[in-house]
Amino acid sequence: MKKAEKIGGSVAGYIDDRTGAAKWLRKNLTKVFPDHWSFMLGEIVLYSFIILLLSGTFLTFWFDPSQRDVIYQGSYEPLQNIEMSASYASTLHISFDVRGGLLMRQIHHWAALIFMAGMIAHLMRVFFTGAFRKPREANWLIGVGLVTLGIVEGFLGYSLPDDLLSGTGIRIAEAIIQAMPVIGSYLAFFAFGGAFPGHVFIPRIFTVHVLLLPGIFLALITIHLMLVWYQKHTQYPGPGRSEKNVVGYPLMPIYMAKAGGFFFIVFGITALLGALASINPIWLYGPYNPGQISAGSQPDFYMGWLDGLVRMAPPIETHAFGHTVSWNILIPGLIIPGILFTLMALYPFIESWMTGDKKEHHLLDRPRNNPNRTAIGAMSLSFIIVVTLNGGNDIIATNFHLTINQIMWFTRIAVILVPPLVFVLTKRICLSLQRADREKVLHGRETGRLVMLPHGEFVEVHEELTAEEKFTLTQHEQPRALEVEQSDSNGVTNPNHLKQKLRARFSQAHVEQVPAPSEADVKALEEGGH
Amino acid sequence: MSNEIRKFEDPGLPAHVHRKTDTDPKAADRAERQVAILFVLSALSTVLAIYSYIFVKDDLFFFIPIMGDTNAHQLGLGLGMAFALLFIGLGLVHWAKTLMPDTEIIQERHEFRSPEEDRNDFVATVKEQAADAGLGRRSLIKRTLGLALGISALTPLVLLRDLGPLPKKDLETTSWKKGTRLVTDPGDRPIRPEDLEVGAVAQVLPELAVGQDRTLSDIGKDAVLLIRLRPSEFQLDAERLSWTHDGIIAFSKICSHMGCAVALYEQQTKHLLCPCHQSTFDVTRAAKVIFGPSARPLPQLAITVDAQGYLVAQQPFTESVGPSYWERSS
Repeated sequence: MKKAEKIGGSVAGYIDDRTGAAKWLRKNLTKVFPDHWSFMLGEIVLYSFIILLLSGTFLTFWFDPSQRDVIYQGSYEPLQNIEMSASYASTLHISFDVRGGLLMRQIHHWAALIFMAGMIAHLMRVFFTGAFRKPREANWLIGVGLVTLGIVEGFLGYSLPDDLLSGTGIRIAEAIIQAMPVIGSYLAFFAFGGAFPGHVFIPRIFTVHVLLLPGIFLALITIHLMLVWYQKHTQYPGPGRSEKNVVGYPLMPIYMAKAGGFFFIVFGITALLGALASINPIWLYGPYNPGQISAGSQPDFYMGWLDGLVRMAPPIETHAFGHTVSWNILIPGLIIPGILFTLMALYPFIESWMTGDKKEHHLLDRPRNNPNRTAIGAMSLSFIIVVTLNGGNDIIATNFHLTINQIMWFTRIAVILVPPLVFVLTKRICLSLQRADREKVLHGRETGRLVMLPHGEFVEVHEELTAEEKFTLTQHEQPRALEVEQSDSNGVTNPNHLKQKLRARFSQAHVEQVPAPSEADVKALEEGGH
Repeated sequence: MSNEIRKFEDPGLPAHVHRKTDTDPKAADRAERQVAILFVLSALSTVLAIYSYIFVKDDLFFFIPIMGDTNAHQLGLGLGMAFALLFIGLGLVHWAKTLMPDTEIIQERHEFRSPEEDRNDFVATVKEQAADAGLGRRSLIKRTLGLALGISALTPLVLLRDLGPLPKKDLETTSWKKGTRLVTDPGDRPIRPEDLEVGAVAQVLPELAVGQDRTLSDIGKDAVLLIRLRPSEFQLDAERLSWTHDGIIAFSKICSHMGCAVALYEQQTKHLLCPCHQSTFDVTRAAKVIFGPSARPLPQLAITVDAQGYLVAQQPFTESVGPSYWERSS
């Protein structure tokens, strides 16, 4: 023990002499992180990224990213002597002739799905609790960037094996590029080195998949985490927690042990999935050939919404002046996704504009306490769910004995009707929950215990909430509507009049709230009864 | 409205609730043993993984309910690795939750905004430095620097030019020419009309000249689907009818929507369906789109028979095959 201390001490001393790290480290080793299960979602994403780097590196040792023709001679009998690309053959080799290769392939694919699912869940957590508000807008933007790149990275990843299913996916991506006005066919020919599929696309996307995008991910994730560190984590409201403090466990030892342990748990569960649940069995699909296809062609889940949008698009193309514009591809493939992601990226700024809120926020909102935001989130989710459903319309049709037409028309109508309906419903539910909170604070919790009073009346006993509970339910600030001056004191109309009016309208929608009870309300109750 | 009204007071952080391991040394010892057991289980799992890697043959299968026939080598390796990791994680978390101090700590936050003084100082410094560099006065330098920086971005763009050739006429042309024989895929055998029964479907490609090779890019444009109906079932105009031969009609197999292979043929309804986005084409009406996102029929290839009685193309495709693009004229 003595000796270990000595060695440790001299190493630490050596480093501190040259960096002065001791002071910074001492302060940060006791840095406090708030604890909540929903804060683990982002951790899952980080850990699955590390798993992706590890398993992906393993795969590159055998994967041959080349589209040169080879004759398969490996140990998988059904494809013996069949002509295929080297990338497909080497993926078969990894799956059947490298011990542990199939396990690593499956871990890599499962980790990619967990990475994407984790990002979406983390994004929803951040959205619904308002964690994106000032001062964390930059981190929201980085997050939106990571989700966008994650979709691209995942798509490129499952395209690499050059099997029949993934080749079909590349074909569709090529058609989207080709559909762009003016530059489309040029871009497609540059990307593919000539006509589709050519023989350079797989090697090119390999470099993007294993070098360029992971590098960008690493940089963005680092900034993302440094900002979390520097700005300190947000926390849920509760007794002892305020905008001015952060309550939780110190980094060392407990937080480190929990987070480190959680990494192993995520890795373990991913490995368990890789060991037990077959994913992307490319040997069943066969090598890619543009003249072949299999029924039930489906992308990975995070592409489903795009596929669903493309499937439900009405068949509109315009031909004029010797040129063609494919609205049936451009609208679902580029325009709607572009609008969705832009709105998502700008949401923190849009909300702050609508509410006029320019304050710093470190306490999270309970989703019910911001009905408008929660309703916007639920509305967007319902849109994605409806279009994703349509992305699986062929699978749904065969499994539920429906016709494709029924599903397509259902989703075409639902995609317009459901989101607004969900908005209204969510808002009403939030307000009801606020009302329920108010009831609970003022009248206590319903215990379900019935008591007969001496004169025969039955009443239910209400149990008063603790001071902690009352505080948690009432601490939130309720916004006030913006007041807009249509004209100044001299009667001159505000030139931004219309914009201001719109803003006031949004602000009105935002402040619709059930008033949180105060101590005065309680006093009034005590004095005047019900 | 309730902003002015006095809110419920913050009762402050609740007192720490002691865990059993905080107060009872026996419970703490028990927790220590539990953590140790988890770590030992992890080590055993690693042994299982390595044992499976080296000693279990990779062609050994055995039956497990639900999973069916399972490869013992893969399963041992995978489960060994998974549990080795999982038990380390569970052990660490259990250790943290039972034995490490779990008192919540309060730390202060500080406003990020710098004091007004520092902000003004900063602005002054930047202005001073800009003035020192003459940014304000020497506008010629500023403008030419902007020009140089802006235009230097062109080089990397130009360098990307050799990524691929220009499309030229490539998207409009296929290998089909007048008199090209239709050959089976796979097999490359020429076809006679009598090889196809009514109701049959076949994928065909253009016959290769001796010594010529077929690339996937060729197949991506040349693939054609041959379908034989009864001639009376067609509802075609005279020209399109003359493109068929004895009830045999030929369409590009490359979807006019996004280029997938239109490979699903419903014999009863005589519909062709693309499995990618479910565009559905009516074979009897020159592949008219009757459902789905595609905006154009599949291009029809005019066919006939040559002197030897083999099916051949009457002429090249009269329009581009595959998905739309800007330069496409119709």
